Amino acid sequence: MIDDQHHITTPEGVPLTLDLAGPVPRALAYFTDLAIRIVVYIIAAVLFGLLGGLGNGLMLILIFLLEWFYPVWFEVMRHGQTPGKKSFGMAVVREDGTPVDFSASLVRNLLRTADQFPLLYLTGFVTMLLDSRFRRLGDLAAGTLVVYSRTVPARRAGQPAHTLPPDWVTSIQDRQLLLTFLERSPGLSPARRGELARLAFPELTPEDAEDRLRRTALHVQGGN
Amino acid sequence: MRQQQFETRYASLWQQIEQTLARLEKPGERHATPPALTAAEFPAAYRRLCHHLALARQRGYSLDLVDQLNALVLRGHRQLYQYRPPLLPRLLYFVREGFPRAVRAQWRWHLASALAFVLSLAFAWILVATQPDMAYSVLGESMTLSLEDMYGDSTLSDGRDSGDDLTMFGYYIYNNIGIAFRTFAGGLAFGIGALFVMVFNGGFFGAAAGHIVHIGASDNFFTFVVAHGAPELTAIVLAGGAGLKLGVAVLAPGPVSRLAALRHAARATVPVMYGVFFMLLLAAFIEAFWSPRDLPATVKYTVGGLSWALVALYLFAGGRRREPR
Repeated sequence: MIDDQHHITTPEGVPLTLDLAGPVPRALAYFTDLAIRIVVYIIAAVLFGLLGGLGNGLMLILIFLLEWFYPVWFEVMRHGQTPGKKSFGMAVVREDGTPVDFSASLVRNLLRTADQFPLLYLTGFVTMLLDSRFRRLGDLAAGTLVVYSRTVPARRAGQPAHTLPPDWVTSIQDRQLLLTFLERSPGLSPARRGELARLAFPELTPEDAEDRLRRTALHVQGGN
Repeated sequence: MRQQQFETRYASLWQQIEQTLARLEKPGERHATPPALTAAEFPAAYRRLCHHLALARQRGYSLDLVDQLNALVLRGHRQLYQYRPPLLPRLLYFVREGFPRAVRAQWRWHLASALAFVLSLAFAWILVATQPDMAYSVLGESMTLSLEDMYGDSTLSDGRDSGDDLTMFGYYIYNNIGIAFRTFAGGLAFGIGALFVMVFNGGFFGAAAGHIVHIGASDNFFTFVVAHGAPELTAIVLAGGAGLKLGVAVLAPGPVSRLAALRHAARATVPVMYGVFFMLLLAAFIEAFWSPRDLPATVKYTVGGLSWALVALYLFAGGRRREPR
């Protein structure tokens, strides 16, 4: 069991896997959002500075709104992603994987104050380390998770080649391993590919082992 | 079936689902062509996709394919099972019935919070009334002097123009609503944070009032605070009560787990916090634009009394329904 994944079952009875985001990327996303807010404050201070008393009032209202409702707005309107979270490919979802609603988002963001206690999110950080799903206090109360919402790149089709049936009875794990090898090969160095292939065929040279493994894998994949 | 056959056979369906989801995820954009799947077709297509994911896992297809299908199912799941009720009817229901009911449903916590506030207020007031010098140790010297400065004058709106009113409006929103939200969150620390805010603010208000009565500026002070005090003090007490409920849920969860108790408490107290927000907004408005007006004391006390009566009537009687006959 990989412990940074959370498994849910959909009403259709299919298990779904959510990749949980840990404290460090979440802190980076927080600082990104903080930087965005600071830039907005600086711009607003310059603009509102021209308006005198009215400007002061508007500035304070702006600070209030951004400090408390900036995350709520983006989480509800932008599929659980503040700009900071989006830049790190993360999103807030409810524990069943559905989008957060206004109430849940408000709870997790109001309780930010409790997580910030005594300073720099110490309480939240400790809670995240103790919890199996990296939830801070606000997430626990609201029933939300922060997950990665990567878009999976399109997969390229396997090139036709002479395939070779496996000369052993393959298990599901074997077949999965072969297919994974095939799909990840472009990202591996030739030496590493040979090294991995020799685990399967120690009697062959790295080049021959790789060729044989590739053709076996292509057979499993279903090429001709 | 081998993986490649499987992929070739169903790729077009996956593409249709992908395209439809991309449309659904960006509802604002306009497109020349309609989405590949209509709303009526989507659930069936989604269920086939779920089936494909289960098959891909069962048959040991490559992890990349499983990941791809998993991501697609997750997106479909979000679209199909999201819950977005319309806002306006819920808001109307909330103002008419939901908020006062939520407050009454947790009256014990709000009563406890109010007691903490009122008792420390009375204690500090009596202390300052009997030993006037105590004001300086309770409030601090600079605070005491600035209070005397603010209310010692005979006129209230002296040197305050509309720009200042707007500044103060912003300040009351920023400061008071921030305090209420932090009080709520502080309650999570076993209720201590919420209680502390109640006792501290009660003591502060009591000492300030006692001192101002002592220096003989009570009319200035009470005509200023009486109207906005009703929504403002009530809202702070309610925020404290909501925070207390959170803290006690963690401290004494009863027959359920602490986590379940916390969730339940959070769900039950969120309506109260919505209400607190609106009440403080109203209070900031009154405090910035009505309270500093220099009007006869009888007018201000009448409006203030009305304000308290309305808040009390709303919270006690709002949203009660007659028993069906």
